[in-house]
Amino acid sequence: MPRESTNWLDQRTGYKALVHEALFENVPGGARWRYVWGSTLVFFFSVQVITGLFLWMAYSPSSQTAWESVYFIQTQMWGGWFLRGLHHFVAQAMTILLVLHLMQVVIDGAYKAPREINFWSGVIMLVLVLALSLTGYLLPWDQEGFWATAVSTNIIALSPGVGSAAQAVVVGGTDYGHHTLTRFFALHAGVIPGAIMLFIVVHIYLFRRHGVKPAEPKKGADVGFWPDQVLRDAVACLAVLLVVVFFIFRYHGAPLGAPADPSEQYSAARPEWYFLFLFQFLKYFPGSAEIVGAIVVPMLLMAVLVAMPYFGKWKLGHRFNLGFMAAMIAGATLLTYLAIRADENDPEYNASAAAAEVDAARAVELANAGIPVTGAAALMREDAFTQGPRIFSKNCAACHRYDGHDGLGAALPKDSISASDLKGFGSREWLGRFLNPDSIVTLRHWGGTAHKDGDMVSWLQEKVPEFTPEQKQIFEYAQWALSAEAGLKSQTEMDVRDSAKIAIGLAFIQDTAKGCTSCHTFRERKKDPPELTGYGSRQWMIDFISDPAHERFFGDNNDRMPSFAKEKTLTLKEIGMIADWLRGEWYVPPKGGAAGPDVKK
Amino acid sequence: MTKAAALVVGGLITVVAPIAGLFTFLDPLRRKAEARGLVRVAAMGSLPSNGEPRKLPVLDTLIDAWNRTENVPIGSVYVQKTGKDTVRVLNAVCPHLGCSVGYNAAKHGYFCPCHKSSFSLDGKILDPKSPSPRGMDELEAEVKADGEIWVKFQNFRKGSVDKIPV
Repeated sequence: MPRESTNWLDQRTGYKALVHEALFENVPGGARWRYVWGSTLVFFFSVQVITGLFLWMAYSPSSQTAWESVYFIQTQMWGGWFLRGLHHFVAQAMTILLVLHLMQVVIDGAYKAPREINFWSGVIMLVLVLALSLTGYLLPWDQEGFWATAVSTNIIALSPGVGSAAQAVVVGGTDYGHHTLTRFFALHAGVIPGAIMLFIVVHIYLFRRHGVKPAEPKKGADVGFWPDQVLRDAVACLAVLLVVVFFIFRYHGAPLGAPADPSEQYSAARPEWYFLFLFQFLKYFPGSAEIVGAIVVPMLLMAVLVAMPYFGKWKLGHRFNLGFMAAMIAGATLLTYLAIRADENDPEYNASAAAAEVDAARAVELANAGIPVTGAAALMREDAFTQGPRIFSKNCAACHRYDGHDGLGAALPKDSISASDLKGFGSREWLGRFLNPDSIVTLRHWGGTAHKDGDMVSWLQEKVPEFTPEQKQIFEYAQWALSAEAGLKSQTEMDVRDSAKIAIGLAFIQDTAKGCTSCHTFRERKKDPPELTGYGSRQWMIDFISDPAHERFFGDNNDRMPSFAKEKTLTLKEIGMIADWLRGEWYVPPKGGAAGPDVKK
Repeated sequence: MTKAAALVVGGLITVVAPIAGLFTFLDPLRRKAEARGLVRVAAMGSLPSNGEPRKLPVLDTLIDAWNRTENVPIGSVYVQKTGKDTVRVLNAVCPHLGCSVGYNAAKHGYFCPCHKSSFSLDGKILDPKSPSPRGMDELEAEVKADGEIWVKFQNFRKGSVDKIPV
């Protein structure tokens, strides 16, 4: 800029003095690395403001759109994953930088008179930044954030007197919903950052008024802030930024779990790692004393922090403060370590965390085909792949197994098995084991049921051992024919390929003298139950699960299996999802993946 | 030397956040309006035989960022019977600046309430002083053998003399 116009501007604004004031602050004893922390915090706060504003342009705070808009940012928008990652990991970095800044201030004695007010403003900002983390954690409205934040807001309710009123105000009602998000968002993007900006002004003003508290002994002559200290500050920021970028690429942005669902249990809920020490701390307090761990002790510790400038006046006060800070950091580190180790050794947590990852990936897969206006949680609730195993584990796994487990992967006591393992039900492989005189009486099939003494078992045990090799072959084809009744997606090709053999098998089924229809009802042949028409098909399974004691199925011979629809234990929709899941029928994205909701199917 | 280094490093760290944000901010530039096929709007029998237009909503799949909603209004059209099995279909928004155009039965013409453009029944500009640079946008339409009217619904750039699809 030509001098003339800079002068014009300076006469009207006085900017030159301001720049001079900003850049040539005296740094007593010369630039030092230990002074960088305050600057890095200001810098990364600005990064959060900038990335936050851009995220704001794509974020939509409501129960049906929060997860959805974050999903859209993360997976569909240009560089959205990087932007989210930057915001997420810089937030983590700021927490560490805050602790480092606090340590430097305490170690150098910069909290003592006349800098008390500046110290307090810093403590307030520490709390405000933690409040930013807490409110931001909920905004993606995923299972993790939802359940972890529910805990923090319930802690608010513990406070005596105004607790539950305060909780209702923060949550925007008695339950989590639209207004929880609008409130948290307003706090996260408006109120708290606004307050921080105010305190940064106060903090820097007071810092300038009192100057740097030099670390003794001074290393050299005083210099200006520019350029030596600026370079050190910038290099420190760059180093932190590089670490952040490493994490962004390592995790491809920020994590996004499955959409929040208040009806869906989530056992892997944990707060952000820097709150883990509090999480662990709460474990040591029994129900009646919860308030001590959640509110009283943290308040007392904060009170000591706030009182540091007073302690600092006493002879051994500074040492006490140093010791207190060291004890706090050591304690928090230890608690964090204990929390992480406890989770590592907890099989339930690990199973839950693994299931959460599956759900998160599935949610994105479903969302890629377009989300209904009822939201992504509704998609998950109607997805057989997601719900099938859950319904199975709750309603079927008391007797049945799915590949040896409860459907969700959890092992169950061996003595609780009483009915068939249903993995691959209706498939050739499953029928091959079921219609075998030896394996039908194992626990994997009918070994634990009254049917093991029934007609089917005795027929198999009488006839099959005497089959000629040719009859054995025909009996196998009959199993294929029965399996073809199921119309399983996984066997479509085989069913077409083997149509001639299936016809041979079908003839055996329909042989009313020696074949299956000598006992069973099949198509036009009306004989005894269970009916084999459409065996293993979606409708057959729904009808069977609905009422196994129906005369089409086991009738009076039904052995303990509840009539799930008749007794209204399950809805037809739920039964349909079990059938679909057992049959391996659920939405599969097209090859190469659905690119996104805006890509025409 | 120190000054140069401070400027370089300082500049480098400063641009990261704005650039990351701008990428996402400019994301809309790479999204194109969806090309739609024919959509059923009405049956021939439901139209007045005297050529009087009827305003009808066009129902199709709406894709709005993450949401995909089937069978919802995506716009509206004026449909008039022009022959035994021919129709004229006009997009109901004004080609000037996109206000919703009204039909005045007494005057047998279309009138835009915003800037007073007026169009004749065939969609051409009626009053030469109309601010609209072109007549109403006619849409491709087809009357199937069963008498159902199908329309290729499209929006066009507003304010230009030429009819450019968006």
